[in-house]
Amino acid sequence: MTSAVTISLNVNGERIEADVPPRLNLSDFLRDHLKLTGTHVGCEHGVCGACTVRVNGEIVRSCLMLAVQTQDRSVETIEGLSDSGEIADLQAAFRERNALQCGFCTPGMLMAAQDLLKHSSQPDREQIREHLSGNYCRCTGYQAIVDAIETTARARAGRLP
Amino acid sequence: MKAAPFAYARATSVAHALELLATHGERAKVLSGGQSLMPAMNLRLISPELIVDIGELAELRGIVVKQGVLTIGALTRHVDLLKSAEVIAHAPLLADAVAHVAHPAIRNRGTIGGSLAHADPASELPACMVTLGATIIARGPGGERRIAANAFFAGIYETVLSPQELLVAVELPAAPTHSTHFFHEFARRSGDYAIVGLAAQAIVRGEQFADIRLGFFAIGDRPLLAKSASRLIDVAITPAILSEASSLLGEELDPPEDQQATPAMRRHLAKVLLARGVSSLLSRPDLCVGAPA
Repeated sequence: MTSAVTISLNVNGERIEADVPPRLNLSDFLRDHLKLTGTHVGCEHGVCGACTVRVNGEIVRSCLMLAVQTQDRSVETIEGLSDSGEIADLQAAFRERNALQCGFCTPGMLMAAQDLLKHSSQPDREQIREHLSGNYCRCTGYQAIVDAIETTARARAGRLP
Repeated sequence: MKAAPFAYARATSVAHALELLATHGERAKVLSGGQSLMPAMNLRLISPELIVDIGELAELRGIVVKQGVLTIGALTRHVDLLKSAEVIAHAPLLADAVAHVAHPAIRNRGTIGGSLAHADPASELPACMVTLGATIIARGPGGERRIAANAFFAGIYETVLSPQELLVAVELPAAPTHSTHFFHEFARRSGDYAIVGLAAQAIVRGEQFADIRLGFFAIGDRPLLAKSASRLIDVAITPAILSEASSLLGEELDPPEDQQATPAMRRHLAKVLLARGVSSLLSRPDLCVGAPA
């Protein structure tokens, strides 16, 4: 009854086929099966945000999605966003502003921040805080993270025509 | 933690989902967005033998307005509600409330049907349904059943749905013209479970309430439509009347104790929300005096 299910999906632009047990969640599939360990697993019940990835362009908690639910979907992880250069400026701003210390929350933070910047070109600090409200950081106190995102938003707005 | 092993079936139609539920009954659980079910399974609060995934059933998605009734398909996600012009126009209370449901990444997956069927006493949408006088529509082996929202919630994580039934849609009467609404919740972190919350809708005539419905949540095992609201109808709202309604509310509530708050704290916060709600609905800041939180 709990036999494996064959799934076919796209991960960071690559076609993937796999046989997965139904109970396998997306975060474990990415980490253990595909060795994409940039997606971190914190609380496993949707509270901490460390496992945030994009599915069909929208951010989701990969601990709250089964691998079998990604059939025919397109999944993007922090490796994909980093390799494509999509968030290079955001990553640089995080480094410059000291917006990370241990780095455990950083992939999820970057995912959530990029999602905000895609939908809102000049978010204020309140909007940034609200959009990141589902991502825990236990090191930085958030101030530097909000700084880095605000800086990136300003820089991107300046660059646009 | 990880969920215990289970078998998985992807439903291809509502009829198929109902067949699966008819066969497996209590051993099965319906998966829509999974934003409540997955945490519960990961925490091993529940361990269903079979997951019936209804996530691909497009027929259960969407928002339609017809003859003063807003019909929302069960698989409509929180993010869809948040962005819907129909919801903003005809159920503004719901639009406000959804912004308090968890966080963006969760609102991208969580569905209205899932939230209602899960019936977490601290969640926002059940209280909105009770306040707005919604009708929950379920399908089962015996056909379709229409259930009034205030008769739908039966306890903590408990509804009147049978294991063979599937919640397919909700119907909301479009907000009457001149109605006003108020939504607020106290939570430790924006998007976390409410410690106490209030979803209110009212019709204000002159300076009085022609009608007011106060749906409190996280104050008991299910959302509560406060009877004490009747004390506020067709009467000039003075601090004395408000204080009387507040005492009645306090008597009506039997809040639980948990790691977030004591019953006394919950009762106090509910009264604070009552004062703030009434003050906001009537645009009378003076009524909020003496109700600090």
